[in-house]
Amino acid sequence: MKIHLPNSVWIGNIDHFLKTIDNSDETCLEISSHEEWVSVHPVVLSMVVALGKKILGLNGKIRFQKMTAKSSHYLERMEVFSLLRLDSEIKITKHDSTGRFIPIQIITNSQELDRFITEIIPLIHKEPDKVDPLKYVITELVRNVLEHAHTEQGAVVSAQYYEKSNTIRLGIADTGIGLKESLKIYAPKDNINAISLALTPGVTGTTKSIGGTGENAGAGLFFIKSIAKFNRDFFMIYSGDAMYKLLKNPKHKNIKLIADPLQEHCSYSANYPHWQGTVVGIDICLNDHSQFTELLDLIRNFYRDVRKQKTKEKFKRPRFI
Amino acid sequence: MITIKLYEKTKEFAGNKDIAREIRLKEILPNIDDEDKIILDFENVNSATQSFIHALISDVIRKKGIHIFDKLYFKNCNENIQKIITIVTEYMQEPN
Repeated sequence: MKIHLPNSVWIGNIDHFLKTIDNSDETCLEISSHEEWVSVHPVVLSMVVALGKKILGLNGKIRFQKMTAKSSHYLERMEVFSLLRLDSEIKITKHDSTGRFIPIQIITNSQELDRFITEIIPLIHKEPDKVDPLKYVITELVRNVLEHAHTEQGAVVSAQYYEKSNTIRLGIADTGIGLKESLKIYAPKDNINAISLALTPGVTGTTKSIGGTGENAGAGLFFIKSIAKFNRDFFMIYSGDAMYKLLKNPKHKNIKLIADPLQEHCSYSANYPHWQGTVVGIDICLNDHSQFTELLDLIRNFYRDVRKQKTKEKFKRPRFI
Repeated sequence: MITIKLYEKTKEFAGNKDIAREIRLKEILPNIDDEDKIILDFENVNSATQSFIHALISDVIRKKGIHIFDKLYFKNCNENIQKIITIVTEYMQEPN
Protein backbone atom coordinates (compact mmCIF):
# COMPACT_ATOMS: atom_id res chain seq x y z
CA MET A 1 0.00 0.00 0.00
CA LYS A 2 1.17 3.52 -0.68
CA ILE A 3 -0.03 6.83 0.70
CA HIS A 4 1.37 10.20 -0.24
CA LEU A 5 0.67 13.14 2.06
CA PRO A 6 0.36 16.10 -0.26
CA ASN A 7 0.85 19.77 0.36
CA SER A 8 -2.73 20.45 1.41
CA VAL A 9 -5.79 18.30 2.02
CA TRP A 10 -9.09 19.48 3.43
CA ILE A 11 -12.52 17.93 2.89
CA GLY A 12 -13.22 20.23 -0.02
CA ASN A 13 -10.33 18.81 -2.07
CA ILE A 14 -9.92 15.37 -0.48
CA ASP A 15 -11.07 13.57 -3.64
CA HIS A 16 -7.65 13.76 -5.26
CA PHE A 17 -5.83 12.50 -2.17
CA LEU A 18 -8.15 9.49 -1.89
CA LYS A 19 -7.58 8.58 -5.52
CA THR A 20 -3.81 8.44 -5.00
CA ILE A 21 -4.03 5.72 -2.34
CA ASP A 22 -2.45 2.55 -3.69
CA ASN A 23 -3.84 -0.46 -1.86
CA SER A 24 -2.26 -3.15 -4.01
CA ASP A 25 -0.01 -4.76 -1.39
CA GLU A 26 -1.43 -5.41 2.09
CA THR A 27 1.89 -6.57 3.56
CA CYS A 28 3.57 -3.20 3.43
CA LEU A 29 2.58 0.44 3.86
CA GLU A 30 4.81 3.05 2.28
CA ILE A 31 4.16 6.64 3.31
CA SER A 32 5.68 9.60 1.54
CA SER A 33 5.01 13.30 1.85
CA HIS A 34 5.33 16.65 0.16
CA GLU A 35 8.87 17.97 0.37
CA GLU A 36 8.13 21.45 1.69
CA TRP A 37 4.93 21.60 3.63
CA VAL A 38 2.18 19.19 4.68
CA SER A 39 -1.12 20.58 5.88
CA VAL A 40 -3.76 17.87 6.06
CA HIS A 41 -7.20 17.46 7.56
CA PRO A 42 -7.15 15.22 10.66
CA VAL A 43 -9.21 12.65 8.75
CA VAL A 44 -6.11 12.00 6.62
CA LEU A 45 -4.00 11.29 9.69
CA SER A 46 -6.71 9.02 11.09
CA MET A 47 -6.69 7.09 7.82
CA VAL A 48 -2.88 6.76 7.81
CA VAL A 49 -2.83 5.46 11.38
CA ALA A 50 -5.83 3.14 10.82
CA LEU A 51 -4.14 1.61 7.79
CA GLY A 52 -0.82 1.39 9.60
CA LYS A 53 -2.35 -0.37 12.61
CA LYS A 54 -4.02 -2.82 10.26
CA ILE A 55 -0.72 -3.56 8.50
CA LEU A 56 1.07 -3.97 11.84
CA GLY A 57 -1.71 -6.31 12.98
CA LEU A 58 -0.97 -8.44 9.92
CA ASN A 59 2.76 -8.41 10.78
CA GLY A 60 3.39 -6.23 7.77
CA LYS A 61 5.95 -3.47 7.41
CA ILE A 62 5.63 0.30 7.44
CA ARG A 63 8.11 2.54 5.69
CA PHE A 64 7.78 6.27 6.23
CA GLN A 65 9.99 8.19 3.81
CA LYS A 66 12.01 10.70 5.80
CA MET A 67 10.04 13.93 5.95
CA THR A 68 11.77 17.07 4.84
CA ALA A 69 8.75 19.32 5.33
CA LYS A 70 8.94 21.55 8.39
CA SER A 71 5.43 20.48 9.29
CA SER A 72 6.78 17.05 10.18
CA HIS A 73 6.69 18.35 13.77
CA TYR A 74 2.93 18.48 13.53
CA LEU A 75 2.76 14.78 12.65
CA GLU A 76 5.11 14.05 15.54
CA ARG A 77 2.88 15.99 17.95
CA MET A 78 -0.19 14.21 16.61
CA GLU A 79 1.69 10.99 17.52
CA VAL A 80 1.47 9.53 14.03
CA PHE A 81 4.98 8.07 14.24
CA SER A 82 4.73 6.58 17.71
CA LEU A 83 1.37 4.94 16.92
CA LEU A 84 2.97 3.37 13.86
CA ARG A 85 5.96 2.28 15.97
CA LEU A 86 8.33 4.42 13.94
CA ASP A 87 11.21 6.56 15.07
CA SER A 88 10.79 9.88 13.32
CA GLU A 89 14.15 11.14 14.61
CA ILE A 90 12.34 14.42 15.19
CA LYS A 91 13.17 16.10 18.49
CA ILE A 92 10.49 18.43 19.71
CA THR A 93 9.57 20.22 22.88
CA LYS A 94 6.00 19.32 23.68
CA HIS A 95 4.00 22.39 24.48
CA ASP A 96 0.56 22.14 25.97
CA SER A 97 -1.87 21.17 23.18
CA THR A 98 -4.84 22.77 24.94
CA GLY A 99 -6.89 24.86 22.56
CA ARG A 100 -5.23 23.50 19.46
CA PHE A 101 -5.51 19.81 18.73
CA ILE A 102 -6.14 16.35 20.05
CA PRO A 103 -3.32 13.89 19.34
CA ILE A 104 -4.59 10.81 17.55
CA GLN A 105 -6.47 8.44 19.83
CA ILE A 106 -7.40 4.83 19.27
CA ILE A 107 -10.64 3.95 20.99
CA THR A 108 -11.56 0.29 21.26
CA ASN A 109 -14.27 0.20 23.90
CA SER A 110 -16.93 2.16 25.73
CA GLN A 111 -14.73 2.96 28.75
CA GLU A 112 -12.02 4.47 26.55
CA LEU A 113 -14.68 6.54 24.80
CA ASP A 114 -15.99 7.81 28.17
CA ARG A 115 -12.49 8.81 29.25
CA PHE A 116 -11.86 10.51 25.92
CA ILE A 117 -15.10 12.48 26.15
CA THR A 118 -14.66 13.60 29.75
CA GLU A 119 -10.91 14.17 29.91
CA ILE A 120 -9.50 14.77 26.44
CA ILE A 121 -12.11 16.66 24.42
CA PRO A 122 -12.43 19.61 26.83
CA LEU A 123 -8.72 20.25 26.21
CA ILE A 124 -9.31 21.28 22.63
CA HIS A 125 -11.01 24.52 23.54
CA LYS A 126 -10.29 26.99 26.27
CA GLU A 127 -13.97 27.09 27.10
CA PRO A 128 -14.87 23.42 27.63
CA ASP A 129 -18.62 24.14 27.41
CA LYS A 130 -18.16 25.12 23.78
CA VAL A 131 -17.23 21.59 22.77
CA ASP A 132 -20.61 19.95 23.40
CA PRO A 133 -21.30 19.53 19.65
CA LEU A 134 -17.89 17.87 19.31
CA LYS A 135 -18.66 15.51 22.19
CA TYR A 136 -21.96 14.71 20.53
CA VAL A 137 -20.45 13.96 17.12
CA ILE A 138 -17.49 11.93 18.42
CA THR A 139 -19.68 9.88 20.74
CA GLU A 140 -22.10 8.96 17.96
CA LEU A 141 -19.39 8.20 15.40
CA VAL A 142 -17.19 6.16 17.72
CA ARG A 143 -20.22 4.21 18.99
CA ASN A 144 -20.97 3.37 15.38
CA VAL A 145 -17.50 1.89 15.02
CA LEU A 146 -17.67 -0.01 18.31
CA GLU A 147 -21.11 -1.44 17.56
CA HIS A 148 -21.12 -1.99 13.81
CA ALA A 149 -17.57 -2.11 12.40
CA HIS A 150 -16.60 -5.47 13.96
CA THR A 151 -12.94 -4.63 14.29
CA GLU A 152 -10.59 -5.05 17.21
CA GLN A 153 -8.53 -2.13 15.91
CA GLY A 154 -11.24 0.27 17.08
CA ALA A 155 -11.80 3.84 15.95
CA VAL A 156 -8.89 6.13 15.12
CA VAL A 157 -9.84 9.67 16.11
CA SER A 158 -8.07 12.97 15.63
CA ALA A 159 -9.12 16.61 15.76
CA GLN A 160 -7.68 20.03 15.14
CA TYR A 161 -9.03 23.40 16.22
CA TYR A 162 -8.81 26.38 13.83
CA GLU A 163 -9.11 29.59 15.77
CA LYS A 164 -9.68 31.88 12.80
CA SER A 165 -12.83 30.08 11.69
CA ASN A 166 -13.67 28.83 15.21
CA THR A 167 -13.96 25.40 13.66
CA ILE A 168 -12.88 21.95 14.72
CA ARG A 169 -11.90 19.53 11.99
CA LEU A 170 -12.48 15.93 12.98
CA GLY A 171 -11.57 12.61 11.43
CA ILE A 172 -12.57 9.08 12.44
CA ALA A 173 -11.39 6.02 10.56
CA ASP A 174 -11.80 2.30 11.03
CA THR A 175 -10.73 -0.78 9.11
CA GLY A 176 -13.78 -2.86 9.94
CA ILE A 177 -16.40 -4.53 7.78
CA GLY A 178 -17.55 -1.34 6.03
CA LEU A 179 -21.03 0.01 5.48
CA LYS A 180 -22.09 -2.40 2.73
CA GLU A 181 -21.53 -5.42 4.96
CA SER A 182 -22.86 -3.66 8.06
CA LEU A 183 -26.15 -2.88 6.29
CA LYS A 184 -26.47 -6.22 4.51
CA ILE A 185 -30.04 -6.77 5.74
CA TYR A 186 -30.97 -4.04 3.24
CA ALA A 187 -28.95 -5.76 0.50
CA PRO A 188 -27.31 -2.54 -0.74
CA LYS A 189 -26.49 -2.93 -4.40
CA ASP A 190 -23.19 -1.04 -4.13
CA ASN A 191 -21.16 1.12 -1.78
CA ILE A 192 -22.91 4.35 -2.78
CA ASN A 193 -26.23 2.72 -1.97
CA ALA A 194 -24.78 1.56 1.39
CA ILE A 195 -23.60 5.10 2.24
CA SER A 196 -26.96 6.48 1.20
CA LEU A 197 -28.76 3.98 3.46
CA ALA A 198 -26.42 4.75 6.38
CA LEU A 199 -27.27 8.46 6.14
CA THR A 200 -31.02 7.89 5.77
CA PRO A 201 -32.97 8.38 9.01
CA GLY A 202 -34.53 5.20 10.35
CA VAL A 203 -32.08 2.82 8.69
CA THR A 204 -30.00 0.67 11.05
CA GLY A 205 -28.04 -2.48 10.34
CA THR A 206 -29.67 -4.28 13.26
CA THR A 207 -33.32 -4.33 12.14
CA LYS A 208 -35.72 -3.15 9.48
CA SER A 209 -38.43 -2.41 12.07
CA ILE A 210 -39.77 1.14 12.39
CA GLY A 211 -38.13 2.81 15.38
CA GLY A 212 -35.16 0.44 15.27
CA THR A 213 -34.21 -1.71 18.23
CA GLY A 214 -33.92 -0.73 21.88
CA GLU A 215 -30.34 0.33 21.19
CA ASN A 216 -30.34 1.60 17.60
CA ALA A 217 -32.65 3.97 15.78
CA GLY A 218 -30.61 4.57 12.65
CA ALA A 219 -30.58 8.30 13.33
CA GLY A 220 -26.98 8.96 14.41
CA LEU A 221 -25.40 9.68 11.02
CA PHE A 222 -28.48 11.61 9.91
CA PHE A 223 -28.09 13.88 12.95
CA ILE A 224 -24.38 14.36 12.25
CA LYS A 225 -24.92 15.14 8.58
CA SER A 226 -27.62 17.57 9.71
CA ILE A 227 -25.21 19.29 12.11
CA ALA A 228 -22.77 19.83 9.23
CA LYS A 229 -25.53 20.98 6.90
CA PHE A 230 -27.00 23.38 9.45
CA ASN A 231 -23.59 24.94 10.11
CA ARG A 232 -22.89 25.02 6.38
CA ASP A 233 -19.82 22.86 6.96
CA PHE A 234 -18.27 19.96 5.08
CA PHE A 235 -18.98 16.31 5.87
CA MET A 236 -17.58 13.27 4.10
CA ILE A 237 -17.96 9.54 4.42
CA TYR A 238 -15.87 6.97 2.59
CA SER A 239 -16.42 3.21 2.57
CA GLY A 240 -15.51 0.55 0.04
CA ASP A 241 -14.95 2.26 -3.30
CA ALA A 242 -17.40 5.09 -2.61
CA MET A 243 -17.09 8.54 -1.14
CA TYR A 244 -19.97 10.89 -0.35
CA LYS A 245 -19.33 14.53 0.39
CA LEU A 246 -21.84 17.01 1.74
CA LEU A 247 -20.85 20.32 0.24
CA LYS A 248 -21.11 23.63 2.03
CA ASN A 249 -24.60 25.00 1.79
CA PRO A 250 -24.60 28.46 0.23
CA LYS A 251 -25.31 31.21 2.76
CA HIS A 252 -28.29 32.56 0.87
CA LYS A 253 -30.09 29.20 0.88
CA ASN A 254 -32.47 28.26 3.68
CA ILE A 255 -31.61 25.01 5.41
CA LYS A 256 -34.10 22.21 4.84
CA LEU A 257 -33.39 18.70 6.02
CA ILE A 258 -33.78 16.01 3.40
CA ALA A 259 -34.17 12.27 4.02
CA ASP A 260 -32.42 11.18 0.83
CA PRO A 261 -28.74 12.17 1.20
CA LEU A 262 -28.17 11.96 -2.55
CA GLN A 263 -30.63 14.82 -3.04
CA GLU A 264 -28.51 17.12 -0.88
CA HIS A 265 -26.01 19.69 -2.16
CA CYS A 266 -23.35 16.98 -2.40
CA SER A 267 -20.96 15.02 -4.54
CA TYR A 268 -20.54 11.25 -4.61
CA SER A 269 -18.71 8.70 -6.67
CA ALA A 270 -17.70 5.05 -6.57
CA ASN A 271 -14.39 5.21 -8.38
CA TYR A 272 -12.04 5.41 -5.42
CA PRO A 273 -9.48 2.84 -4.23
CA HIS A 274 -11.23 0.34 -1.99
CA TRP A 275 -11.19 1.30 1.70
CA GLN A 276 -11.90 -1.72 3.89
CA GLY A 277 -13.87 -0.04 6.64
CA THR A 278 -15.37 3.41 7.02
CA VAL A 279 -13.92 6.90 7.23
CA VAL A 280 -15.79 10.00 8.36
CA GLY A 281 -14.53 13.56 8.22
CA ILE A 282 -16.42 16.60 9.42
CA ASP A 283 -15.82 20.26 10.15
CA ILE A 284 -17.75 21.61 13.13
CA CYS A 285 -18.20 25.30 13.68
CA LEU A 286 -18.32 26.10 17.41
CA ASN A 287 -20.79 28.90 17.10
CA ASP A 288 -23.52 30.00 19.42
CA HIS A 289 -25.01 27.16 21.47
CA SER A 290 -28.50 28.27 20.43
CA GLN A 291 -27.79 27.04 16.90
CA PHE A 292 -27.91 23.45 18.10
CA THR A 293 -31.31 24.18 19.62
CA GLU A 294 -32.50 25.50 16.27
CA LEU A 295 -31.19 22.40 14.55
CA LEU A 296 -33.11 20.17 16.95
CA ASP A 297 -36.27 22.09 15.99
CA LEU A 298 -35.54 21.38 12.35
CA ILE A 299 -34.98 17.69 13.04
CA ARG A 300 -38.20 17.50 15.03
CA ASN A 301 -40.14 19.16 12.21
CA PHE A 302 -38.48 16.84 9.72
CA TYR A 303 -39.68 13.75 11.61
CA ARG A 304 -43.16 15.28 11.91
CA ASP A 305 -43.29 15.81 8.15
CA VAL A 306 -42.20 12.23 7.57
CA ARG A 307 -44.92 11.02 9.91
CA LYS A 308 -47.55 13.16 8.22
CA GLN A 309 -46.49 11.81 4.86
CA LYS A 310 -46.65 8.21 6.09
CA THR A 311 -50.06 8.78 7.65
CA LYS A 312 -51.26 10.34 4.42
CA GLU A 313 -50.01 7.35 2.46
CA LYS A 314 -51.90 4.97 4.75
CA PHE A 315 -55.09 7.04 4.74
CA LYS A 316 -57.55 5.95 2.07
CA ARG A 317 -60.34 8.20 0.96
CA PRO A 318 -63.50 6.77 -0.56
CA ARG A 319 -63.56 7.14 -4.31
CA PHE A 320 -66.81 8.44 -5.77
CA ILE A 321 -67.15 7.64 -9.41
CA MET B 1 -42.64 6.67 42.99
CA ILE B 2 -39.05 6.25 41.85
CA THR B 3 -36.68 9.04 40.93
CA ILE B 4 -33.68 8.13 38.80
CA LYS B 5 -30.96 10.76 38.97
CA LEU B 6 -29.17 10.60 35.64
CA TYR B 7 -26.23 12.80 36.67
CA GLU B 8 -25.07 10.20 39.18
CA LYS B 9 -24.58 7.81 36.29
CA THR B 10 -23.70 10.00 33.32
CA LYS B 11 -22.20 13.20 34.74
CA GLU B 12 -22.69 16.30 32.54
CA PHE B 13 -22.75 14.51 29.20
CA ALA B 14 -25.22 11.66 28.68
CA GLY B 15 -23.79 9.78 25.73
CA ASN B 16 -22.93 6.28 26.92
CA LYS B 17 -25.65 4.00 25.57
CA ASP B 18 -24.52 1.14 27.82
CA ILE B 19 -25.51 3.24 30.82
CA ALA B 20 -28.84 4.13 29.21
CA ARG B 21 -29.52 0.48 28.49
CA GLU B 22 -28.71 -0.50 32.07
CA ILE B 23 -31.05 2.13 33.48
CA ARG B 24 -33.79 0.95 31.13
CA LEU B 25 -33.33 -2.75 31.91
CA LYS B 26 -32.60 -2.54 35.63
CA GLU B 27 -34.54 0.45 36.81
CA ILE B 28 -37.31 1.46 34.41
CA LEU B 29 -38.75 -1.73 32.94
CA PRO B 30 -38.77 -3.83 36.15
CA ASN B 31 -40.64 -1.09 38.04
CA ILE B 32 -42.88 0.53 35.48
CA ASP B 33 -45.89 -1.72 36.11
CA ASP B 34 -45.80 -1.48 39.90
CA GLU B 35 -44.90 2.16 40.40
CA ASP B 36 -47.36 5.00 39.85
CA LYS B 37 -44.60 7.30 38.70
CA ILE B 38 -41.00 7.01 37.47
CA ILE B 39 -39.10 10.27 37.22
CA LEU B 40 -35.99 10.58 35.09
CA ASP B 41 -34.21 13.53 36.66
CA PHE B 42 -31.70 15.26 34.37
CA GLU B 43 -30.54 17.82 36.91
CA ASN B 44 -26.93 18.94 36.11
CA VAL B 45 -26.87 16.94 32.88
CA ASN B 46 -25.87 19.50 30.24
CA SER B 47 -26.37 17.48 27.08
CA ALA B 48 -27.46 14.10 25.81
CA THR B 49 -27.18 12.32 22.51
CA GLN B 50 -30.16 11.06 20.56
CA SER B 51 -28.67 7.56 20.83
CA PHE B 52 -28.56 7.80 24.62
CA ILE B 53 -32.18 8.93 24.88
CA HIS B 54 -33.23 6.28 22.36
CA ALA B 55 -31.50 3.55 24.37
CA LEU B 56 -33.09 4.92 27.54
CA ILE B 57 -36.75 5.05 26.53
CA SER B 58 -37.52 3.66 23.06
CA ASP B 59 -37.92 0.07 24.16
CA VAL B 60 -40.07 1.18 27.08
CA ILE B 61 -42.40 2.91 24.62
CA ARG B 62 -42.38 -0.11 22.32
CA LYS B 63 -43.07 -2.61 25.09
CA LYS B 64 -45.54 -0.62 27.17
CA GLY B 65 -47.19 1.64 24.62
CA ILE B 66 -47.59 5.40 24.54
CA HIS B 67 -49.69 5.46 27.69
CA ILE B 68 -46.43 4.92 29.51
CA PHE B 69 -46.12 8.71 29.48
CA ASP B 70 -48.85 8.82 32.12
CA LYS B 71 -46.25 7.27 34.42
CA LEU B 72 -42.87 8.23 32.99
CA TYR B 73 -41.80 11.81 33.68
CA PHE B 74 -38.73 13.85 32.72
CA LYS B 75 -37.50 16.40 35.24
CA ASN B 76 -34.96 19.24 35.10
CA CYS B 77 -34.27 18.79 31.40
CA ASN B 78 -32.68 21.73 29.66
CA GLU B 79 -34.10 22.92 26.36
CA ASN B 80 -31.95 20.71 24.14
CA ILE B 81 -32.50 17.56 26.17
CA GLN B 82 -36.26 18.25 26.10
CA LYS B 83 -36.11 18.54 22.34
CA ILE B 84 -34.15 15.31 21.92
CA ILE B 85 -36.59 13.44 24.17
CA THR B 86 -39.46 14.86 22.13
CA ILE B 87 -37.84 13.78 18.85
CA VAL B 88 -37.32 10.23 20.12
CA THR B 89 -40.85 9.91 21.54
CA GLU B 90 -42.32 11.26 18.31
CA TYR B 91 -40.46 9.00 15.92
CA MET B 92 -41.25 6.02 18.17
CA GLN B 93 -44.90 6.78 17.55
CA GLU B 94 -44.58 6.77 13.76
CA PRO B 95 -47.19 4.66 12.00
CA ASN B 96 -45.87 1.41 10.52
